[in-house]
Amino acid sequence: MSDMTASHAQTRAQPVTFRGGGFAPVRKRWVGAVVFVLLIAFAEWGTRSGWITALTLPKPSDVLQTLIELHQSGLLYKHLLPSLSRLAVGATLGATVGIGVGVLIGLFSYIRAGLVPLVAAIFPIPKIALLPLFVIWFGIDEGSKYALIAFGTFTPTVVATYGAVDNVDRSLIRMGQSFGLSWFSIVRKIVLPGAMPGILSGLRISLAIAIILLVAAEMLGAEYGIGAYILEAGALYDLERLFAGVLLLSLLGIVVSTVIGLIERRLLDWRS
Amino acid sequence: MDIRLENVSHSYDSFEVMRDITLDIPNGKIVCIVGPSGCGKSTLLRMIGGLERPKKGRVLQIGTPPEGCLNPLTYIFQDFALLPWRSVAGNISLVLEDHGIRGARAKEIIDDVLARTKLTDFAKALPKQLSGGMKQRVAIARALAVNPAVMLMDEPLSALDSQTRELLMDDLVSLWTRTPFTAVYVTHNLAEAVRLGHSIVVLSRRPGQIREIVHLDKPLVERQFGDADLDKHQRHLWQLMRDEARAADAELLDV
Repeated sequence: MSDMTASHAQTRAQPVTFRGGGFAPVRKRWVGAVVFVLLIAFAEWGTRSGWITALTLPKPSDVLQTLIELHQSGLLYKHLLPSLSRLAVGATLGATVGIGVGVLIGLFSYIRAGLVPLVAAIFPIPKIALLPLFVIWFGIDEGSKYALIAFGTFTPTVVATYGAVDNVDRSLIRMGQSFGLSWFSIVRKIVLPGAMPGILSGLRISLAIAIILLVAAEMLGAEYGIGAYILEAGALYDLERLFAGVLLLSLLGIVVSTVIGLIERRLLDWRS
Repeated sequence: MDIRLENVSHSYDSFEVMRDITLDIPNGKIVCIVGPSGCGKSTLLRMIGGLERPKKGRVLQIGTPPEGCLNPLTYIFQDFALLPWRSVAGNISLVLEDHGIRGARAKEIIDDVLARTKLTDFAKALPKQLSGGMKQRVAIARALAVNPAVMLMDEPLSALDSQTRELLMDDLVSLWTRTPFTAVYVTHNLAEAVRLGHSIVVLSRRPGQIREIVHLDKPLVERQFGDADLDKHQRHLWQLMRDEARAADAELLDV
């Protein structure tokens, strides 16, 4: 026994080096906010000390001041409301039709063969380039704006949706068939819920694109709207107002993304 | 209700999977199908349930399914095939809804099958919260809910660890003892075959043909883990399969 301990003492014992862990995202609530605060504080410090010139970047406090004035004068809502309604109508239209067409492509081989090349051809067209055409087709009023946003939301939604339908576990569909479920039941109770994760993550991208296109849509024939406000400020090189408008778009993006996150957590809590 | 297979042959393109299989599945008995991998045993099961069409020959349903039978040919799958977004009760309700069974009538059936599979406390759980053995119990409960004439089991215990497998085999035996059901049980596990089969069909390697049908007379309840006579049968089956399995294994390598 004593021999053994002696031989142990001679060979050095050291803990096994840990090399596992990582590759598992963990929720950290405050980090995102800290990044924002630091970045803004840095810009404020830079512009105040004159290290960043007023032509390069507006003072964040001035941007905030602009926003407050916008709110006090009531102009904020005059710009925000038309934009929100354009976004809501256009995106709802595009996403609804997109999900519908995507599901049809996922379910029927003929529709897939006919429409997938068409969607691939439409996808890369910069929708902004078609704005004049939409103005002729749908009028200079709200119609062309709805159409532009809807069209831009449509293609990414279609692609995400039929991809999601393709990815539904086939063994679940076989199970449905083996229990004699009707075709309609299989689609409604197995295919659609199974495709929901893919559809929702596709919506994240489509709705961000809708916000991008909001500015483009308000290039022609819009007196009020966040996009119109930004474009006007840009033309005048009024950086405070430009940034105030951009900030509003960013906030809109965060709101949309948060809402989808909430929907995901509610609808997809079955995922392990 | 009996099932009869008459001269069933099948091939994918020029790839012959099974040849001339004639087999009777008598009412109230469990028929196990064993064979080396790639012998077409799962394909055969899909044909019996009407999920695939044989190239030649036919699958016959003899007699009418019993009264109250919602889905005469009902599968139990190796990967459980539970909808992850539905609770245990919801997964069972799924197969009743299309028959117009909802509300109180559905609840009655669900409660009954959950009780029979000892799942009563788990009615509201989601599949992700359940162990593999529990998931397969849910699938068995779902199959019982439609009151099948024939259960088609495709390696139902293969995805489970060996302890869970023993427990579930006991459960299946007690379910059968209480109300004998007809079943076709596909497996590659010979121990399962000798524990659950009234007859065991041994298939040869591809193209699958029937090599031998072994009949076991010992009642299911009396069969135990490690029984000497069962071991003898199992050794006999292994003798039959050994060379086939080795050849099948070697064959896959040069495909």
